Amino acid sequence: MRAFSILMDRLTYTNGRNMKLSLIADYLRDTPDPDRGWALAALTDALDFPAVKSSTVRKLLTERVDPVLYALSRDYVGDTAETASLLWPAPDAQDMPPDALSVADTVVMLRSMTRATVMTELPPLLDRLDANERYALIKLATGAMRIGISARLAKVAFAQAFDVSVDAVEEYWHGQEPPYAELFAWAADGAEPPRTDLLPLFRPFMLAHPLEEAEVDMGEYVAEWKWDGIRVQIVHVNGVTRVYSRSGDDISATFPEIAGVLPFPAVLDGELLVRGTHQGGEEGGAASFNALQQRLGRKTVSKKMLREAPAFVRLYDVLLLDGEDLRECAWEDRRARLEAMMHRLDPERFDLSQIIPADDFASLTAIREKARDDAIEGVMLKRRTSPYVAGRRTGLWYKWKRDPLLIDCVLMYAQRGSGKRSSFFSDFTFGCWNGDPDKDGELLPVGKAYFGFTDEELKLLDRHVRAHTVNRFGPVRETDKSLVLEIAFDSVHDSKRHKSGLAMRFPRIHRIRTDKPAHEADRIETLREMVRD
Amino acid sequence: MPAALPTSVSNAEPARPFGWIRAEPWGIHVVPCDAWVDPAREVATALVTHGHADHARGGHGRVFATPETLAIMQLRYGVGDDGGGEGVPVPLREPVDLGCGVTATYFPAGHVLGSAQILLEHRGERVVVTGDYKRRPDPTCELFEVVPCDIFITEATFGLPVFTHPPIGGEIAKLRDALAANPERCVALGAYALGKAQRVIAELRAAGHDDPIYLHGALEKMCALYEDHGVNLGELRPATGAKKDAMRGAIVVCPPAALNDRWSRRLPDPITAMASGWMRVRQRARQRNVELPLIISDHADWNELTATITEVNPRESWITHGREEALLRWCQLHQRRARALAMVGYEDEDD
Ligand SMILES: [Zn+2]
Ligand SMILES: [Zn+2]
Repeated sequence: MRAFSILMDRLTYTNGRNMKLSLIADYLRDTPDPDRGWALAALTDALDFPAVKSSTVRKLLTERVDPVLYALSRDYVGDTAETASLLWPAPDAQDMPPDALSVADTVVMLRSMTRATVMTELPPLLDRLDANERYALIKLATGAMRIGISARLAKVAFAQAFDVSVDAVEEYWHGQEPPYAELFAWAADGAEPPRTDLLPLFRPFMLAHPLEEAEVDMGEYVAEWKWDGIRVQIVHVNGVTRVYSRSGDDISATFPEIAGVLPFPAVLDGELLVRGTHQGGEEGGAASFNALQQRLGRKTVSKKMLREAPAFVRLYDVLLLDGEDLRECAWEDRRARLEAMMHRLDPERFDLSQIIPADDFASLTAIREKARDDAIEGVMLKRRTSPYVAGRRTGLWYKWKRDPLLIDCVLMYAQRGSGKRSSFFSDFTFGCWNGDPDKDGELLPVGKAYFGFTDEELKLLDRHVRAHTVNRFGPVRETDKSLVLEIAFDSVHDSKRHKSGLAMRFPRIHRIRTDKPAHEADRIETLREMVRD
Repeated sequence: MPAALPTSVSNAEPARPFGWIRAEPWGIHVVPCDAWVDPAREVATALVTHGHADHARGGHGRVFATPETLAIMQLRYGVGDDGGGEGVPVPLREPVDLGCGVTATYFPAGHVLGSAQILLEHRGERVVVTGDYKRRPDPTCELFEVVPCDIFITEATFGLPVFTHPPIGGEIAKLRDALAANPERCVALGAYALGKAQRVIAELRAAGHDDPIYLHGALEKMCALYEDHGVNLGELRPATGAKKDAMRGAIVVCPPAALNDRWSRRLPDPITAMASGWMRVRQRARQRNVELPLIISDHADWNELTATITEVNPRESWITHGREEALLRWCQLHQRRARALAMVGYEDEDD
């Protein structure tokens, strides 16, 4: 536990993303199996020990320390795990050899504990550690690391440690369980990668760049409507179907009507929508995003909900079909396969994203203008020859959003509001990436907003801030920068007062993008390109 | 030479035990001779334990303090200079007659250069005011002495059981390891200008760190004062005007406030370090944006505060400033009489 506790402390005190990456990468390289795998799982909150709760630790402490002294200490320190690690009465034999207890030993012991045994089995474990190790253990056991390490950051660090691609890590990670033995064997020792063809795995999405002041040749590109739902991937392998969100979360249980109706092996890319007429009228057939939002985040879904807000998927692309990987093929070829496949699907649950018939850019512009009235989000432009590649690649796909100006930012800080909002965190500071978020990119604040959201959304935001605080500066909470907010604004200008060099006019929170991972938020350059001074 | 008698004497002196010593929010009042220990207001006669700003202030008529503390007060507040009041040097362990039957004797407190506890005696009753103190050896000042007394007026800056300061050797080693691991960077070490800065430098020297150490301008005079009093700090160089490249791989000591201000931009990719007892708590270190927290304190930690009360074994303990509730609770749990004084204006500037 010594090496792991030192890693945790260093991560706590390190601000730069780059430094965090290299700390984790060094640890992963230097630590033997299976400890490094367990540590990786702990950092990404992939471990759960139901018997060990924060209240368990509190109870153990108050049996050993005067409750008043405990309460005063807890008040001052502000964190149960840290208070406990410092107050735990250490046994006389204090000079435990470093790493007397491995992370793997610890995990095995924590796993074996039950609610009936934890009160007798946890204390001897804590006795064998020093204060920093106790802190690491309690954090690990209670699943509250909160050191700002997203799963994505951990994967990037993993890729960096063993000099493999992040996309490959993303792909092979799915379906792997801690301590990720096969993953380490592949990356560190050059073994065959874990088999993925028999598992319903998520494949990283292909993404689009914003189209700014450029025109594309409609001979080389095709246009599709950009529908305002959530991007999903539907995977069917070995008789199992999964629906994945943009961030790779399994949302099959939330949308059983979709998960139940893909009867053949395939990986499909599309937009999940609710039936309605808000977007594109009768012909568009999709309700507003708000209607869809009612259905998001539910673990189970009622019959009433299925009846009143039925979901369907508008398909954009096909990645794998009947065991064949099509990702290397040109878009045109994939499109042909997609069209030919449609008759095999239930039309109530799947339809095809239509190509906008525009021979040149001018006619596309005219069609797009009209789309504003139809409440469609914008237009996608796809190169006819483009393969399906993970992430954003210049020149392949573009998104051409309609006004108002919209940008995806990451929530960074929050502050309590005033008046009737004083009990809520309702003033939000958000940022965009300065550089590649997977390399040395850091978030820079670009604006503040305190309206634009509904009361329901305010509650959600408030809950998020409370659960994701990593730091307090007086009244200001710093969050772990995991939540994407779509910000609408009227214009953006150069500004010397802001570190980002930009100031937005009338920014407001347009939408909470719980479906989108933080590293996919926009970059500062994207915002800068919107300056029209 | 004992000091001159005070001109005004309180005649309405109460006869009840310890009625001659009173705790007011702005200082400890020694009633018969109208003298004040570490007063937060300007008074005619002040008995000052040490030079930190929450204990020593300018503007008093006369100041009784150790010669080192007077030198510090002269540097900081002009005490003893023209119009700055009169400084009366009090050597350690030599009783001073304050008049009206009160004697004061100064004993080392081990806190910073010149720091003292003050033993006050009147009618056979003994009261000790610790000021700030620590129990660990410090190359820059004399070790704390246990002085038996009836009333022990103690500080409680780190009066919570979470505060246990680790041995300084390990913290100095952390500092040197960080330096060795990052030869292209420097360590910007935030340390309070009086006491902490000099102690850390002296401890580095004792650990064999002979390289030049760079100083923020605000520390230069106090370091020179320490050297004048026989504390050897080795080669010190001003950071102002130094070349960026010259400071690579070096320690640059500065006041904590300079760590996050524009001053630090002159440093070569600094690792931000801070030497303070507060660094024990992660959230405190994070608030200061510290990358390398060093738990080094010039105050007694929880175990030392409680052990000292046990050793001194007074009839009563009065707790001046810090986290007094917890120490009060400890006294209660150990059947010791104690009270918390509601003192104002005593901040933890020095740690
Ligand atoms: Zn002090
Ligand atoms: Zn003090």
